Amino acid sequence: MSNGPVVEVTGLRKSYGALEALAGIDLAIEPGEVFALLGPNGAGKTTCVEILEGYRRRTGGEASVLGVDPDRGERRWRARIGIVLQTTTAFDHLTVDEVVAHVGSFYPNPLPARRVVDMVGLTEKRSSRCGSLSGGQKRRVEVALGFVGDPELIFLDEPTTGLDPGGRRQLWEVVEQFTALKKTVVLTTHYLDEAEALAGRVGVIVAGALVEVAPPRELGGRERALARVTFARRGRLAGAALPDLPGATLEGDMVTVPTGTPTAIVGLLSAWAAAHGEPELPALTVTRPSLEDIYLEMVGPAGHRDDGVPQ
Amino acid sequence: MSAAAGGTGQLPSLLQLSWGRTVVELKQFWRNPSQVFFTFLLPVLFLVIFSSVFGNEEVEGPPGEPPLNFKNYFIPGIIAAGVMSTTFANLAVSVSMEQSVGMLKRLSGTPLPREAYFIGKMGMVVAVTSIQTAIMLGVGKAFFGVELPTDAFHWAVFGWVFVLGTVSCSALGIAYTRLIPNGDAASAVVQPPYLILQFISGVFFRYAEIPGWMQAVGAVFPLKWMAQGMRYAFTPDWLGQEEYGGWDLPQVAMMLGAWSVAGFVLAVVFFRWNRGSGS
Repeated sequence: MSNGPVVEVTGLRKSYGALEALAGIDLAIEPGEVFALLGPNGAGKTTCVEILEGYRRRTGGEASVLGVDPDRGERRWRARIGIVLQTTTAFDHLTVDEVVAHVGSFYPNPLPARRVVDMVGLTEKRSSRCGSLSGGQKRRVEVALGFVGDPELIFLDEPTTGLDPGGRRQLWEVVEQFTALKKTVVLTTHYLDEAEALAGRVGVIVAGALVEVAPPRELGGRERALARVTFARRGRLAGAALPDLPGATLEGDMVTVPTGTPTAIVGLLSAWAAAHGEPELPALTVTRPSLEDIYLEMVGPAGHRDDGVPQ
Repeated sequence: MSAAAGGTGQLPSLLQLSWGRTVVELKQFWRNPSQVFFTFLLPVLFLVIFSSVFGNEEVEGPPGEPPLNFKNYFIPGIIAAGVMSTTFANLAVSVSMEQSVGMLKRLSGTPLPREAYFIGKMGMVVAVTSIQTAIMLGVGKAFFGVELPTDAFHWAVFGWVFVLGTVSCSALGIAYTRLIPNGDAASAVVQPPYLILQFISGVFFRYAEIPGWMQAVGAVFPLKWMAQGMRYAFTPDWLGQEEYGGWDLPQVAMMLGAWSVAGFVLAVVFFRWNRGSGS
């Protein structure tokens, strides 16, 4: 395989009339990466992956997927990518084994259907008609169809939307089995925990623009973000003069100190409290912003755009 | 890993894939009991109803010719309507359903050649239509005294009319999906042309007895020509004179052939793999 990025996109734009669904996206995804496009509904995630899958044509910019312009993807190119669609396709009258083997037969080097069915955890249901499966089981069939061709690159478009929390976790395990095969995976999701659980890098997409690309734990400068130390000035501390705490704020008797060195601040405060005869700082907490906090801040009010971008 | 899976590295051929699609289509058909039941039973029900209503009615021939058993008049019409039902109506409905549930989108995201999808559909309807026609001929002969053609030439005409009718109506069914807004509406949008054509193409009523303008409208579409060509195989020559002013087999072939070509072109132009995705 070539050494360049598996997916490379520059200035990718898509507009529907006056509505700009994608407003110029730059992105490179390397071989073996699990990359998540994270964003609220209507942000442009599906538009973006469907352009990369060759389902939609871009309005502007450049796109290369496995070295090929997705608008010109031929059968041989299609054989190298796997697609797990957002909608669950019903082959109601076929059994799970039959559907997986049938779709596998379109590819030059399919994985054995029985093995793929085992991997998605449908061993017990292999002889059941797809029409009789639950929603979660149908999603697993869909995942199996995306992987059965043993593609180099797999697109998963909101693989767990509509599943209950247990079903989502099970499906993550299924996806992890496949990502362990060192495939490149592009995933879209509006669940933060899903991006964090599965992806090595996350691109946050808001209103058609990619606002940040980073590993989940660094998202929004989270690693370097200021921690907050809070405690209550109660009891013997009520009248005591505070030590020098830059940026500290008071709200009633609660003191909040934003700091890059929370350990030092807590040490300083505990010495101060001890000096005033209080061995414990009342109501002490040390918090860092959660990924959720950072994400919500990034997405902002614009994130809740609901203006009918065609799905 | 790929090599361990036993693949050849070669893309499967169109022939292999078309065969695979045909098998899957047939499986899906047979596993849908209500579809099987109505496809094979409805035409037989028509046969029963017509036979009961018209009993032993006969069509008077010219002087010196024995009258024609009316059953022999209507069975080719019912067979032709059955072909249109399992090809045009069935394909228009099933393809638009598959369009709206995302099956076509799913298939078009795989390396399956698009032709293989259509060849699979054709393979399925050819098999189903053949069985349906064989059942009607068998039931007609065994229970209703329908007289089958006795010479190879009449059978051959029946054969090519059947093939051209199947091809033209299948292609038109696929093209017609463009007029169907969504899967739920499919049945409602497909029924009118199919029903109306049965009335004006010599299926439910004698073609010679409907008003001239209706004949003219019916004569535009393939069902009339299919019924006419099949009727040639089951009725004496004087009937063709009386009913159509002569059998005119070359024109039957020309009309069905033209509709096959036109249907194919329309299907290619109108068919959408990826409905409503803004591509």
